[in-house]
Order: sequence, then structure tokens, then C-alpha cells
Amino acid sequence: MITAERKPLDELIEYVKPFKRILLLGCNECVTVCAAGGRKEVGLLASGLQMALLKSGSNIEIQQHTLERQCDPEYVEELVPMIDGTEAILSMACGCGVQQLAMRFKNLPVFPALNTKFMGASERQGVWAERCQGCGDCVLGITGGICPIARCAKQLMNGPCGGSTTGKCEISEDVDCVWQLIWDRLKSLGQEDRYVDIMPAKDWRSGGGSGPRKIIREDLAE
Amino acid sequence: MENFEPVIIAFCCHYCAYTAADMAGSQRLPYPANVKIIRIPCSGKVDALHIIKAFENGADGVYVAGCLEGDCHFKNGNEKAARRITYVRNYLEEIGIESERLMMVTMSAGMGYRFAQTATEITEKIRKLGPSPIKIAIAQ
Repeated sequence: MITAERKPLDELIEYVKPFKRILLLGCNECVTVCAAGGRKEVGLLASGLQMALLKSGSNIEIQQHTLERQCDPEYVEELVPMIDGTEAILSMACGCGVQQLAMRFKNLPVFPALNTKFMGASERQGVWAERCQGCGDCVLGITGGICPIARCAKQLMNGPCGGSTTGKCEISEDVDCVWQLIWDRLKSLGQEDRYVDIMPAKDWRSGGGSGPRKIIREDLAE
Repeated sequence: MENFEPVIIAFCCHYCAYTAADMAGSQRLPYPANVKIIRIPCSGKVDALHIIKAFENGADGVYVAGCLEGDCHFKNGNEKAARRITYVRNYLEEIGIESERLMMVTMSAGMGYRFAQTATEITEKIRKLGPSPIKIAIAQ
């Protein structure tokens, strides 16, 4: 999922204080799962903003709503009947949702309430860790299902650097050396021979190195 | 605000503090009428939204009363509640409300005296803190 965290309240207040009526918009997808921008977080932020603004002597009408997905135009279209009178939208979606809104509502200011972080997986309740950088040319089949691009600070493709000590990365003792993880996993799978195969230099064009990426499925695209 | 009487919301677990409140009643132990009790199935059931809404609607103080450590009827709901309280306290500070206005307390079902004493102490503490800044802002 795409993970995110709420921006500091002070920053959000700066965004919304020039307006009299805003729409605070959540998203039911990734940001709900990582407890950053779902219906509950919309309620919490609306109350928090309302109280903080009240303290500073201003009063803003905050309309709350949560879409099934903010990154799909058909769901964004649901907002049309309710957007009348809204002066700005504060979106609790990831950056994709914010931009989808900005594209659709050209005359309305749209602000992000979240800082979008990374594509991650849940390690345990309340903990999310980066697992994928969307390089566009997946190597997990070679590396025992553990990604050296998302999980190695240097994105090394052929084994660890000299900073790997007792299975930990030199950047922090809390960070596993991913190449140690890969080696351990290949060993348990009996695939040690994979480790000695030299991976060629990675072509980063598929990872965004040649500009914004797009997928076009000819059979689906209209 | 003269003659300030704080409004305090107490989220009380059915298996401990709520029964302790009953016990206080049976023992004829007085406690301040400022404390408005809301019965909940477990302290772990109290959501951040419940607490924030209480403050938004004019509460001067809020406390969550759960079971003693290791005694939660649902294993560890009280531990979850304690972590949530810490989280909401930080959010209150961000909003500009003193975090001392939100507390977590623990007791067993038999502790009628402790319930009454806690309610009295918290009421006094909130009385000293004065009206919540939200209440003051609404009044202005």
C-alpha cells in the first residue's frame, strides 16, 4: 500500500485559514489502512482544526466526506453535487488523490493534509516499512523475494557493501542489511547459486529515470 | 469564568471502573457531580475520536478508567488504551489544549473508594487548570 502521515496541524491551518468553507476529504484505500487519511482520521482532523481555529478566533465550516478512492475519476465525480459553496479542498489522500482532485476541480485550491511516504507493508500493528520503490523491473525472483532496491540504502545489486556488520546496515543498527537477509533466504531455499550470478547494471529508465511513467492497456483504454 | 464548575467525562470500563462507581454508591461514598460517566465495554474500546469530540463539545477534562495492569477482561485492552491516551495527549498539545486535561487511570471493580477519590482528585486538578481553552474561545 501507499503509506502516509498527517502533516503538522500548524501547516494545515496556514493552508485553510483564508477560507470560510472547506471540504475535508478522506480516502477509503491505502491511507485508511495505514491510519492516516480514512474516515476516522477525517473526523479527528476536522475536530482538531475546528478547535485550533476557534482558539485563534476564526471559524471555518468544515464539510467532511470520504471517497472510496480519490485516485479514480469516477469516484471523484461523486463530489460534484456537494462541492457547491466549497472554497477549498483539504485532501487526506496520497499525492495521487490530491492531484486527481486538482485536475478535476480547476477553480478550487486543493491542499494535501498528508505527507505521502512510501510503498510499504505492515510489519505488525501500527508499523509500516518500505518494501518497494516501483523500479519497473522487478528482481524479487532472483533475490529470494527480498528487494535490494527498496531495502538497501545504496541500492546495491550484487551483495553487501563493507558497511554490513553482523547482519545490520551501517546507517543504523535498527536496519537489517538486506543482502544478509537475501543470503539467509537463498540459503534456506537451497538457491545459493543465485547469489553468485552477477546482475548487470540496472536500467533505471523503467524506474522513472526517463520521466513520468504511464501504463496503457490497449484492451481497456478508451 | 467565575464559579467555574468543570465538566469532566469519564469513560469507565464495564468490568472495573464502572462497577467501582457502583461500589462507591453502595458504600455511600460521595464524589463530585462534575464527573459524567460513560460506560464502555473495555477501556481499549475508547477511540481517539470519542475523546477529541468530548473536548470539542465542551469537556474541560477527560479520563479513561480501565482495569489494573494485567487484569484486563479482554487481555490487554487497558494497555492499548494507555498507548492511545499518549497519542491523543500529543494531539491535544498540537491543537493547543493542555495535555494534562486527559488522563488514564486504573482500578479494580472492588475499589469503590479509589473511584470516588480519583473522581475528586481529577475534578480538583481540572478546577485548578480552569476552563478548557475551547470553552473560553466559544464564550468569547
